[in-house]
Amino acid sequence: MTHIAKPRFQHPLLGANDLGLSRRDYEGSMSTLCAGCGHDSISAAIIQACAEMSMPPHMMAKLSGIGCSSKTPNYFLSKSHGFNSVHGRMPSIATGSNLANHELYYVGVSGDGDTASIGLGQFAHAVRRQVNMLYVVENNGTYGLTKGQLSATADVGMRSKTGEINPHDSIDLVSLALQLGASFVARGFSGDKDQLVPLIKGGFSHRGFALLDIISPCVTFNNHAESTKSFDYVREHNAVMNRPDFVPRREEITVSYEAGESRDVTLHDGGVVRLHKLAEDYDPTDRVAALHHVQELQTRGEIPTGLIFVDADAPDLHERMGTPEAPLNRLGEAELCPGSAKLDAINARLR
Amino acid sequence: MKPTDTANPDYYHRVVDCQWACPAHTPVPEYIRLIAARRYTDAYMVNWWSNVFPGILGRTCDRPCEPACRRDRIDHKPVAICRLKRVAADHRGDITPFLPAIPKEKNGRRIACVGAGPASLAVARDLMPLGYEVVIYDEADRAGGMMLSQIPAFRLPYEVLEDEVNYILDMGVELRTNHYVGSLAALLDHEESYDAIFIGTGAPRGRELDIPGRREAAGHIHIGIDWLSSVAFEHTDRIGRRVVVLGGGNTAMDCCRTARRLGGERVDVVVRSGFDEMKASEWEIEEAMAEDIPIHNFLVPKEFLHEGGRLTGVRFDHVRREVDENGRRRLVPTGEERIFECDDVLVAIGQENAFPWIERDVGIEFGKWDMPVVDPVTFRTSHPRVFIGGDAAFGPENIIWAVAHAHQAAVSIDKHCRGEDLHDRPPDNVTLVSQKMGIHEWSYDNDIDHARRYLVPHADKAAALAERRMEVELGFDEDLGYKEAMRCLNCDVQTVFTENLCIECDACVDVCPTDCITFTGNGDEAALRLRLTAPARNEEQAILVSDLLKTERVMVKDEDVCLHCGLCAERCPTSAWDMQKFLLVTAKACEHD
Repeated sequence: MTHIAKPRFQHPLLGANDLGLSRRDYEGSMSTLCAGCGHDSISAAIIQACAEMSMPPHMMAKLSGIGCSSKTPNYFLSKSHGFNSVHGRMPSIATGSNLANHELYYVGVSGDGDTASIGLGQFAHAVRRQVNMLYVVENNGTYGLTKGQLSATADVGMRSKTGEINPHDSIDLVSLALQLGASFVARGFSGDKDQLVPLIKGGFSHRGFALLDIISPCVTFNNHAESTKSFDYVREHNAVMNRPDFVPRREEITVSYEAGESRDVTLHDGGVVRLHKLAEDYDPTDRVAALHHVQELQTRGEIPTGLIFVDADAPDLHERMGTPEAPLNRLGEAELCPGSAKLDAINARLR
Repeated sequence: MKPTDTANPDYYHRVVDCQWACPAHTPVPEYIRLIAARRYTDAYMVNWWSNVFPGILGRTCDRPCEPACRRDRIDHKPVAICRLKRVAADHRGDITPFLPAIPKEKNGRRIACVGAGPASLAVARDLMPLGYEVVIYDEADRAGGMMLSQIPAFRLPYEVLEDEVNYILDMGVELRTNHYVGSLAALLDHEESYDAIFIGTGAPRGRELDIPGRREAAGHIHIGIDWLSSVAFEHTDRIGRRVVVLGGGNTAMDCCRTARRLGGERVDVVVRSGFDEMKASEWEIEEAMAEDIPIHNFLVPKEFLHEGGRLTGVRFDHVRREVDENGRRRLVPTGEERIFECDDVLVAIGQENAFPWIERDVGIEFGKWDMPVVDPVTFRTSHPRVFIGGDAAFGPENIIWAVAHAHQAAVSIDKHCRGEDLHDRPPDNVTLVSQKMGIHEWSYDNDIDHARRYLVPHADKAAALAERRMEVELGFDEDLGYKEAMRCLNCDVQTVFTENLCIECDACVDVCPTDCITFTGNGDEAALRLRLTAPARNEEQAILVSDLLKTERVMVKDEDVCLHCGLCAERCPTSAWDMQKFLLVTAKACEHD
């Protein structure tokens, strides 16, 4: 663990965003994860995405469960709200806070244990309810915090660092989210920020549940030669479905591409995700085709990455439930407790 | 780009900006760490080996290291390197046990040095431990040269000068004072037969200002360096109430401040060019202004006014600066005139070399401006036995340059006496050693201090102006010295990258506080510099480029604003980054530890 604080000096050319904040203002405290951990790269990507999007730190909430991944909200956005919940229960906290205040941007950070094992049930319901959040899974296929046991996302037949062979099938969170109705499904790689940062931006810009499954090698327990979540393996088997660019709503789109080379997806807030190097005949708005394509690539041992599926117009939790426009935490006593006459009227309807 | 050749010592040397900028290449961060550890004597000796006069230079150096300091690019103010050197000198213990042994048995070679200034003394320092017999001639009654005659005592107390001169004289140097050398031919044919002659006579002639009234008012018009010298040797102790100092260099600053101490109540400095063009060091200008000395710019002296042999003032033409289409600057009269009434004028508009004592037929070739031709590497003239260094070689510079020349001249003299090829220069001594002590422990303090540059205390102004010898700058005490030392970024602790260990996890990129590191496709330098995380626009600073990595990319590190905090190495899982201390000690005639 690094003992010193990161020096406050910054590069003289590092400018400020629309809010007058530099990228350094979106950092958190020094990481206590192992040196070289993929999770630290994801934290850096979140910092970069938020700074470039001029996200107001006081309008953001970062939520997590338990695990190496779930420690990371301490390492970014130190001026934002945060809640470190019980193991696997982050989706409940996210659902509750989102119901109480839908004006904040929510980023949930979880790991393969927190999401695919103990929190699988919670995860499933956050997806099907379309909680408006960016749900990041820092997926390294191992329980790093408990010294490297195989996790539920470890591929079948893979040998762990201690020699144990995984006899079980893995849970593919991308396929699961597609089946459960997620309206934004993407996969990234911690070692490829050029692809990852636009995916994070798209996830923030999207209204509804955005899953971002990020393969994040565990340098200590899952970066050996036989691992399928190592830097080398992921680089060799990365089937890049597309390289997105993110263009915020207020900016003019200036770069143009030949027809067929790229495809624009306009998100709910007007931001545009532009997908380059799209796999041939691939339609990222077709859920069934996306599921089929992902499964096909994975059966061949490849790791599809990029924006896999998006439905920009899907209704989110609030629209589905018809909640009022004003956040619930802003409503006064009169609105929340309309009095005994109203209660009597409701009771009368049920008689 | 090809991978950077870090085996060439120049690469890492350039990263240590202060040491690279120092003419004598003093290992600055090395001694600053010793000061922080309160090992003042050791810090002094690092300096002494390298620049010979730490106590003197700690007060008077021109400080080429400070504008080069990386801290200046990050924190807008460099580390107070010069003042820290003085801390080492002020707080040192007895250094005599650490001085080199002087052989009792001499090697039979005799060297004559002309002039007892910094250049000759440094030559003697480098040659005495090798068994040479060195004789120094000087026209003054004491050794020190311009350090004695031209630098006022309120900037350099005599005791400080004497201590450091004596370290050298006490090696057994034979000093012949009150001895003006009037003929080089005679010295070459001297009965004591010198194997080599080193000329360190400085730039002893102040430039004259030949305008109307110069002759008539001569009694009250003084050449700056001659006047300073006559003050130093106590031939002069008064000056008029109103004094005009002509010139904008450091000599002018010394003149005006000395005049304030000798009765000058109203002292004006008048400069031909603009304030921003003045040659004097920024801090010397500040000190002069702090002593209530106004500086007037864009005034060209036209006439000394006088009445019956008495100076009454100086008339100036006011000019403005114009830059023509070729970028050449001209001073154009505006038609306005100004008259400064005064009792005395000090002319400090430049210094020149003068070699009236060198016969033009002794075998020394003279070139431009009637200066002897000197080889800039060996410091030998066209006469095989005659060497020149310091201001005498290439015109007025400062003490640290004189020392740098002297080290090279001493190497040459030694090679000459051994019958070796002078152009076969000895290599510098370079070491590169890992500072890793544990997983995240280094043998240097990598926790960056954010403090701003500390101010140095000064003597009470009224008291200092009343006593010519009272030192104005009081120097840092131990506490301030420690604090200022902690501002040093340890630029000599290098970020060393080993390609075949790197797994391209990006940890170093993510943690670097100043965005120095980028992994990207290779290209030519200009393109590469621009596509880094933070573009490397400072072309004076190198970029470190690795060989191709597994992903066909290269690692590029811009050295420009690296804090040397070692976080890249701390966060590197495979030790592809390591922090290694680069220590370069320039080759000198005498070996030392």
